[in-house]
Amino acid sequence: MTMLTDAQQLAYANAQAADGRVNVELETDDGMVLNMGPQHPATHGTLRVVAKLDGEQVVAADVICGYMHRGYEKLCEVRSYPQVTTLVNRIDWLGSFANEVPFILAAEQLMEIEVPDRAKWIRTILFEMSRLANISLFIGDLALQLGAQTPAFLAFRDREFVLNQIEAVTGGRFHPNFDRIGGLKDDLPKGWVADTKAAMVRIREFCDLMDDLVLGNEIFQMRMRGVGVIPAHVALSYGLSGANLRGSGVDWDLRRDANIGLAYDQLDWKVWTHPDGDSYARSWVRVQEIREATKIIDQLLDGLPGGAVMAKVPRIIKVPEGEAYVATENPLGEMGYYLVSKGDTGPFRVKIRSASFNNISVVPWVLKGVYVPDIIAILGSLYFILGDIDR
Amino acid sequence: MADEATTDAEAPEAVTDERREEVLAALTDALGDAVVDSLIKPGLNLWVRVATEAWSEAADVAAARLGFRFFDFLSAIDWLPSPYGRYEDSAVDTPFPPAMPDRSAVEPGYTGGDTRFQVLGSVAKPGTDLRILLKADVPDDDLRIGTWTRTYAGAAWHERETHEMFGITFEGNADLRHLYLPSEFEGHPLRKEFPLLSRVIKPWPGIVDVEPMPGEDDSADSEAEGADA
Repeated sequence: MTMLTDAQQLAYANAQAADGRVNVELETDDGMVLNMGPQHPATHGTLRVVAKLDGEQVVAADVICGYMHRGYEKLCEVRSYPQVTTLVNRIDWLGSFANEVPFILAAEQLMEIEVPDRAKWIRTILFEMSRLANISLFIGDLALQLGAQTPAFLAFRDREFVLNQIEAVTGGRFHPNFDRIGGLKDDLPKGWVADTKAAMVRIREFCDLMDDLVLGNEIFQMRMRGVGVIPAHVALSYGLSGANLRGSGVDWDLRRDANIGLAYDQLDWKVWTHPDGDSYARSWVRVQEIREATKIIDQLLDGLPGGAVMAKVPRIIKVPEGEAYVATENPLGEMGYYLVSKGDTGPFRVKIRSASFNNISVVPWVLKGVYVPDIIAILGSLYFILGDIDR
Repeated sequence: MADEATTDAEAPEAVTDERREEVLAALTDALGDAVVDSLIKPGLNLWVRVATEAWSEAADVAAARLGFRFFDFLSAIDWLPSPYGRYEDSAVDTPFPPAMPDRSAVEPGYTGGDTRFQVLGSVAKPGTDLRILLKADVPDDDLRIGTWTRTYAGAAWHERETHEMFGITFEGNADLRHLYLPSEFEGHPLRKEFPLLSRVIKPWPGIVDVEPMPGEDDSADSEAEGADA
């Protein structure tokens, strides 16, 4: 084995650094081209934004994605139905359980399986808990991108309580793979209900803290208010969903308006909207959303029905021939699966409609005319998970 | 008993879905003969197949006249059965592509169709659970169809994705660069004849797992009982 000399190592490190420097290129013809990414702290992964600048202002911007494309739609075609949940766990990795639900619901719709009430309720609880795990990190992360360190630590600290509860049920902190066609893998462990209620209190305290520390912060408001305004008609035509749509004043939540197979119908909760459509509105709606989610979970825990958590399903699952599209209100927005079955043990074609893909397609539009520091604020407030863009 | 069970099961089927019927009637009214076929699953979804030439117009009508202003997604379906088989048929994992299934093997799904490729788009009405799943045939010899970008700005990226994955060209969408794939990538990965390379290189390892262990033959029954308890 040859040893590298100091000079060789230095030359190597310099070459690496030179590669890195290519990332920011200067163009002199008409303005400057600023390249953010693929490796940039503000992009939660490998997203590349190329912005053409005139002074400090963005003239045009383009988003280049696909650095993490894993081809799930193709992979689903060679997997059996129970194996697909393992794949789709990794789409939105902060709220993994929520990814499984629409797929399972679509398969159940075609198989015409009626899920036991208890399974439905526990499913809804875990669905909302993945919302907490996802969005609580959003607010900390957003603050971090704008230069505030503390909220990120607080978010990681309090999110842990939610993850612990998810882990206690499913055995997995990030990739539960717990949802099954016909119900759930297991029932809740003993003592879980009381622990979860305590965790919900913690999350509500976290929300109050974030209201003061982040949303109420003067600097935060100056960075976010009036920045990246997306009017409702633009949001709709780009297919923005979730808090991004409700932050533009569109009162639409699939949990309330198109509840399929989950236990939202008997609960008392509110869908929050904000008329402004700016970065602040989107962040504000998200914080309200996790507060509502804790209320939803509390009510579900109070009225948890007894009984089985699994319907009778055949051991080898074959979904009858047909097509189904089921979408749910995931932490990031509308997520749906268009499932085509040919009566086989695996799907014929799965189209994954992920929220972030549509949410981020508006970026070239919304970045036009903003200032460079606002790029970070807008990308942060649109909130995407790379796995949800590059499926 | 059996007869009673079937009538019970069929009773909810007979329920008509007036809201979706209305949507379909309005769409048919506006598009006329361009609506080729349709299907309503009461309480669930509405499928409409429109003529190839009317693909863009259908989106216009849905957005402007019917209020389906929310763009959901746009993609395509390749109805040809895969020549590679599924994981159970791992014997076909060879580096040489097996013979392509005959064109006659193409079997379309809901609302029928005459071509191998169909585009599939979905639009929704904000504030409701109403959604139209629109389909249109893409002619086999000329994979072209109109664009939705005039109506829905968000369709631009979806059409880019569909273009690279299936090779379908959307006329009127000027920007059909690759979205996910490297710009020099050749082929259309979501077509059924495109091999899943990892599967070609290495046979499916999970095949061992599905062989029953000795004495485990009756475990299916005991598991089903366990779920009841």
